[in-house]
Amino acid sequence: MGIVKTKDLVYEYIRRDEEGNVEGITKAIDQVDLDIAQGEFIAILGHNGSGKSTLAKHINAILNPTEGSVWVDGMDTSQEEKVWEIRQTAGMVFQNPDNQIIGQVVEEDVGFGPENMGIPTKEIWERVEESLRAVGMYEFRKHSPNKLSGGQKQRVSIAGVLAMHPKCIILDEPTAMLDPSGRREVIRAARALNQVEEVTIILITHYMEEIIHADRVFVMDSGKIAMEGTPRDIFSQVERLKELRLDVPQVTLLSYELQKRGVRLPNGILTIEELTKELEQLRKS
Amino acid sequence: MLRDITLGQYYQTESVIHRLDPRVKLGGTLLYIISLFFFKNIWGYVAAAIFLAIVIKLSHVPFRFMVKGMKAILFLLLITVVFNLFLTPGTALVSFWKITITLEGLKMAVTMAIRLTMLIIGSSIMTLTTTPNNLTDGMEKMMKPLKLFHVPVHEVAMMMSIALRFIPILLEETDKIMKAQIARGADFESGNVVKRAKALVPLLVPLFISAFRRANDLAMAMEARCYRGGEGRTKMKPLVYRKQDGIGYVCVAVYLVAGIAIGRL
Repeated sequence: MGIVKTKDLVYEYIRRDEEGNVEGITKAIDQVDLDIAQGEFIAILGHNGSGKSTLAKHINAILNPTEGSVWVDGMDTSQEEKVWEIRQTAGMVFQNPDNQIIGQVVEEDVGFGPENMGIPTKEIWERVEESLRAVGMYEFRKHSPNKLSGGQKQRVSIAGVLAMHPKCIILDEPTAMLDPSGRREVIRAARALNQVEEVTIILITHYMEEIIHADRVFVMDSGKIAMEGTPRDIFSQVERLKELRLDVPQVTLLSYELQKRGVRLPNGILTIEELTKELEQLRKS
Repeated sequence: MLRDITLGQYYQTESVIHRLDPRVKLGGTLLYIISLFFFKNIWGYVAAAIFLAIVIKLSHVPFRFMVKGMKAILFLLLITVVFNLFLTPGTALVSFWKITITLEGLKMAVTMAIRLTMLIIGSSIMTLTTTPNNLTDGMEKMMKPLKLFHVPVHEVAMMMSIALRFIPILLEETDKIMKAQIARGADFESGNVVKRAKALVPLLVPLFISAFRRANDLAMAMEARCYRGGEGRTKMKPLVYRKQDGIGYVCVAVYLVAGIAIGRL
């Protein structure tokens, strides 16, 4: 079994009107089956309300399934006595960096998780140092989080989770509130953790550019998994993506349009370099 | 305007005062404040001012930071002074219409103003040189005996540290909402008190909503990082008394004895 596995996962919530009467039941997640192996870089994509954040909260045992099951490293998330172990195994980074930093100084915030776990003082300091180095924020360890940029704050949040030594980190739209350079910073840090520390990364996002480096991509739509595959597989289905109200990266869209007009390009081009190389080759032949 | 409040904000720098154990600073501040109410003559205040000046100098925090914090409570200060000035009975100094300023009132008003100013500067040194986490750690440890009486010491300490962490964030947010509403024609500056208070309602509603949302997010983030109360928690920075803390206590004691001796002559 992989590090994260879900089977027939369903999550329902009851919609109520202003007086509190039941209006209906919404299935935020509808029969989702996932199996993620240790060390993978997974991206979960979807527009607002597609159920991707709800899914993320299940992996961290913040929400419990209405039907079906979720296992994290072989532990069923509905077992209450395992909750803390699960949260330690699958750490979570949230969207708003301001609302998840507890410490007034960067290093104190990174130490918050290990403190809760009851780690001895000396080891906390080792973990804090190594986590801050891993995300490239060690020089800022004495700073106040309020003075950092959005991207830096989010890297501190990642370090805070990393200090708990999780096997898997779930990033729930970590870049939604950041500017483009902050977004690149965070994604770079996540990739580095995946490649160097071999932490499983589950990145939840609605920015298509961020999923290019993922090993596998799941696209969610109204609680179901609508598409699954490598980034290249996903991006070669431009029409389907448009149906799901997702923005295709400009390069991919351009090569798709060129393809339609009869230029002989391969499917699913992801980067500008790839497209220029293909076009150069076409011109030569 | 709202960012000028420095009370409860940490000023990052390296100094002896910063390195002191928070318990020393807490105890010292408390004793200092109490001492201010014991003085009977001007020399006590001179002693307190000298003590304060030395601490400020040692703390490496620019003085203007503390003065900025004063602006926010200027109104409170003014009210205290005015009430003391006009409502203290005694020998009349100036008298017109129904208002009399007495000698005792004048004395009282001046001492009150000095006391309050020194009290606020003194306590803001504590918050400026101690990280809130450190401060609450100190409080938690000092109040530990209260646990016997079922006082939730850890929870209170955690609440305080979170409140302090969110003060600057919520202030910034207030500023933002205010500007957004001014841009749409809201008027916070003119009119009488009632009118101004009414103008604040559309400011407070979104602020409260946002604060609740933040609280919800933060609670979730804390749980996701395995927070489950004070039981079984270790400390990254456990409080251990060192030599400098002993010296700190001695300095406070010397000030207290000397100050009260001079001040009550």
